[in-house]
Amino acid sequence: MMPYLGDAYNLARWMARNPEDAKDIVQEAMIRAFRFFDGYHDGSAKAWLLTIVRNTGYTWLRQNRAHEINAVFEEEALEVPERSPGPEAQAAQSANQELLHKALERVPLEFREIVILRDLEGFSYKEIVAITDLPMGTVMSRLSRARTRLQQELMERAGKEIEREL
Amino acid sequence: MDAYLDGEVDLVRSLEIEQHLKECSACSHAFERRRSLITVLKTAPLTYQAPADLEREIRTAIHREAAMESSAKRRPAQRPWNWKAWFYGMAPAAALGLACVAIVPRLYGPSADDRLGQEVVAAHVRSLMADHLTDIRNSNHHVVKPWFNGRLDFSPPVLDLADHGFPLTGGRLEYLNGRPTAAIVYYRAAHPINLFVWHAKSGETGKAKEFTRQGYHLIRWSEGGMTYWVISDLNEHELKDFAELLRSPQS
Repeated sequence: MMPYLGDAYNLARWMARNPEDAKDIVQEAMIRAFRFFDGYHDGSAKAWLLTIVRNTGYTWLRQNRAHEINAVFEEEALEVPERSPGPEAQAAQSANQELLHKALERVPLEFREIVILRDLEGFSYKEIVAITDLPMGTVMSRLSRARTRLQQELMERAGKEIEREL
Repeated sequence: MDAYLDGEVDLVRSLEIEQHLKECSACSHAFERRRSLITVLKTAPLTYQAPADLEREIRTAIHREAAMESSAKRRPAQRPWNWKAWFYGMAPAAALGLACVAIVPRLYGPSADDRLGQEVVAAHVRSLMADHLTDIRNSNHHVVKPWFNGRLDFSPPVLDLADHGFPLTGGRLEYLNGRPTAAIVYYRAAHPINLFVWHAKSGETGKAKEFTRQGYHLIRWSEGGMTYWVISDLNEHELKDFAELLRSPQS
């Protein structure tokens, strides 16, 4: 098994949001990694590889779906309304995991990728700064806003479910 | 809030936050909900698995890339060289350039061993990634050794070490240190060993040196007019045994 191929595919899949494009991105990225292996010296090989996947993914999206990049992040009502029990806890149940999945797909790319790197791939803030070449403050605020957005989405969806049941 | 939950704030700040959470129920409620979101993100099956055929497709693509790369590297050597033009026109400039290339890195750059070690690691990893360990796959040294004739201007030693637990797997051509190089592949259990051999420059001495780079063990030495580098993920001890066998041929 190629090292970190699974992680590479996961990131590409979440960036592209469909399997065919994710495969193209990973393949292109692995060839680049192979060609530029001399550029890798020390540090985490996983972070090095995912940096290449991310850059390849952005290049690919810019060429094929430019409108998805720099999508506007709607800022209305960033506070999370009260409700109990929290829909976050409900999302743990398998029926609601689909909701969470859809919600995460709708988070704009620049915010979504930080959640993927942090919560799915387990990178530290510092490593995410290295991978994305973004300032620490930007990484932190994007992560925070992405998670707030997820909470809002889960809330709205949970609300609709309840309405439907009534 | 997120930095605290992700364990990314220092101890003082984290104690301050904990103190505040004890006193403020609104914040503590918000924190709990955020914490459960993070837990769900980490534990829910959100991670995609790579499709089964992806690895094979990538290996094929890299293999193709490797083949293109090595033919591109070999081509310039075959280009006829216009000695006359070089001698009359370029000699002074070339001599100066050569002096810079040859001397400056020795003074300021990384040592030759550092640079070569990096090249050797890259060649080793590439051969594994591309699944391109051998151009000729054969365990008989009477087949592998003659294969290099006409492909290199020297004849690398190829030994039968199967009785010592290092079966020969094959050979291929590499391009290292700016020149064509023999790569001879042996195995120890599941660990591939790449042995790189090229012409030693005069003055290179024989003493073996060991390195560790990116988790690989490397040993290099020169003898009988050749320079040898071995690299493997095998443990240091067994790799040393392997190098010893090559340095004192049995037959």
